[in-house]
Amino acid sequence: MALLEVDNLRVNFALSDGMLHAVRGVSFSLERGETLAIVGESGSGKSMTSLALMNLLPKRATRRADRLVFDGIDLTAAPEARMRSLRGNRMAMIFQEPMTSLNPSYTIGNQLAEALRTHRAVSAAAARDRAVHLLDKVGIPSAAQRLNQYPHQLSGGLRQRVMIAMALMCGPDLIIADEPTTALDVTIQAQILHLLADLKNEFGMAMILISHDLGVVARVADKVAVMYAGEVVESAASRPLFKAPRHPYTRGLLNCIPVPGRTAPGAPLGAIPGQAPTLIGAQRGCAFRDRCAFAAAECEGDIPFVAVAPGHHARCIRLNALEAAA
Amino acid sequence: MSETLLELRDVTRTFELSQGVFRRAATLTAVAGVSLKVRRGEVFALVGESGSGKTTLAKMLLGLLPPTSGEILIGGTPISARDRVAVSRRVQPIFQDPYSSLNPRKSVAQLIALPLVVHGVGDGTERRAKVLEMLDLVGLSRRHYDAYPGQLSGGQRQRVAIARALILRPEVVICDEPTSALDVSVQAQILNLLLDLKRELGLTYFFISHNLAVVEHLADRVAVMYLGRFVEERSRAGLFASPRHPYTRALLQSVLTPDPDLGVPDTRIGATMAGSDTGCPFHPRCPSAIDICRTAAPPLRALPDGWATCHLVETQEAEPVP
Repeated sequence: MALLEVDNLRVNFALSDGMLHAVRGVSFSLERGETLAIVGESGSGKSMTSLALMNLLPKRATRRADRLVFDGIDLTAAPEARMRSLRGNRMAMIFQEPMTSLNPSYTIGNQLAEALRTHRAVSAAAARDRAVHLLDKVGIPSAAQRLNQYPHQLSGGLRQRVMIAMALMCGPDLIIADEPTTALDVTIQAQILHLLADLKNEFGMAMILISHDLGVVARVADKVAVMYAGEVVESAASRPLFKAPRHPYTRGLLNCIPVPGRTAPGAPLGAIPGQAPTLIGAQRGCAFRDRCAFAAAECEGDIPFVAVAPGHHARCIRLNALEAAA
Repeated sequence: MSETLLELRDVTRTFELSQGVFRRAATLTAVAGVSLKVRRGEVFALVGESGSGKTTLAKMLLGLLPPTSGEILIGGTPISARDRVAVSRRVQPIFQDPYSSLNPRKSVAQLIALPLVVHGVGDGTERRAKVLEMLDLVGLSRRHYDAYPGQLSGGQRQRVAIARALILRPEVVICDEPTSALDVSVQAQILNLLLDLKRELGLTYFFISHNLAVVEHLADRVAVMYLGRFVEERSRAGLFASPRHPYTRALLQSVLTPDPDLGVPDTRIGATMAGSDTGCPFHPRCPSAIDICRTAAPPLRALPDGWATCHLVETQEAEPVP
């Protein structure tokens, strides 16, 4: 049985100028030990999807799903007390900004111990031992001394490691990492990604990696879901997605980034004209059609999520036109 | 070879950090003895991690921060002898975050025309004509003339910032991470625009970035900065084909291209920006450090297309970057 099953997840916000459809029918499943990357640009709904799983959406948001099952537990029916016992315990989250998600007025040791003692009846000494063990595991030098330090005394890279250690305190089954390396330098990014991969293998965790960085996703993910305007427009295992992308948006994104050896220096980069549509009000048809070179009249109708190969799906009805043009 | 437009001669900038009332202030050296020459019409890129001194250097080039020692020359004239307003005619910035670099209470027209107002260029009609011309040039529609930044997307805001930087027709544009706050598809649009404008207006760019794929795409020369010092300065082709300084090599290895067949590289350097008062400033993190690196400052080794400061440059052959 899959660890996490999501079927037709929707998130709406009632705004003064209408209903904002932030997440529109997202479905995926995740096995233990598997890494799913959700890729998309700002406003695509990738962060809202992860917050919806944790039931951490802002108050004015409403969440609906046909199925939202974590290890046999129906999350759509789980009361808040049940969610609290899961969050930080069996499903943990790593946020992008370690400076805003650590409490500046408590020591690292205090915050790490709290993460464990909220869920487990363990002594302060045992919690401290686990904190030292995990700080050591995430590669923080002289871990025991760090426990008495405050977040501002650590560099950005170390703070992000502390966040990861905190997410691991209870040994979660699922970790959701929302842009875990975006705020970090490239050399540190590589080290944090190594660390996440090692920990995933060692503890058999499943991971959802939310990112806009196609380089990070290609190197880390087992499978990838590309989101655009609140929908998954393409999903596949990592290799076919990057080697043989089918949806025009996925192809467009990959052409936007300079790749040494493929893009000639100084040559124009592929750009996607225009910008993403507003998601306020009723949505119909392909959300990408206004920016798509292959759009036709039929793109204004309902677009099915079709299998283009086993395990590879794309939400496009102009795939034949794309292939003919290639 | 075209003339030198921008030159730094042994520029150092230090800051005094208060350690409390009764302690002596500590000195932080943000930029240490940097010399460089930027030729007219080239893209000179500066790469390095956060805290390496890139932004301090940019501020000095803009005349916003005087160097503690050393000289900065534009077109052969030291800028210490000019006032800031004169510098801003020739050197203009584009910053990273178009959400904080544009005053949200000013209209697009006011934002773009501000440099004209500051320098007393033209009257109302002329300024209006110039702003409209700039809107066309940066790919904004004329209907944005009266818009406010809050009504614009990130990419449109960055276009406004570019229009504002270029309206005085400066010679040098200091681009400090101009696309890192933008989405991937918008980043490509802005990079294309910057390259088009450079060709059209004959601009010179001093381009600061931590994104090496972007630097490889548009730079002519590249300098690598570590803890306030340049450790390698090369032609673009030379640096990316055969990086000579171990720090440059680690940076290049850290670039993640979207290739699912490759894993996450192991750069074998420590995570924290460590320095050293003796020997090579990079030796605490350097995977190839030998005894001499801990005791003697590395010499400047000349290379056919630039130089690198490393004891090992002559002995080691560059490993290919995967």
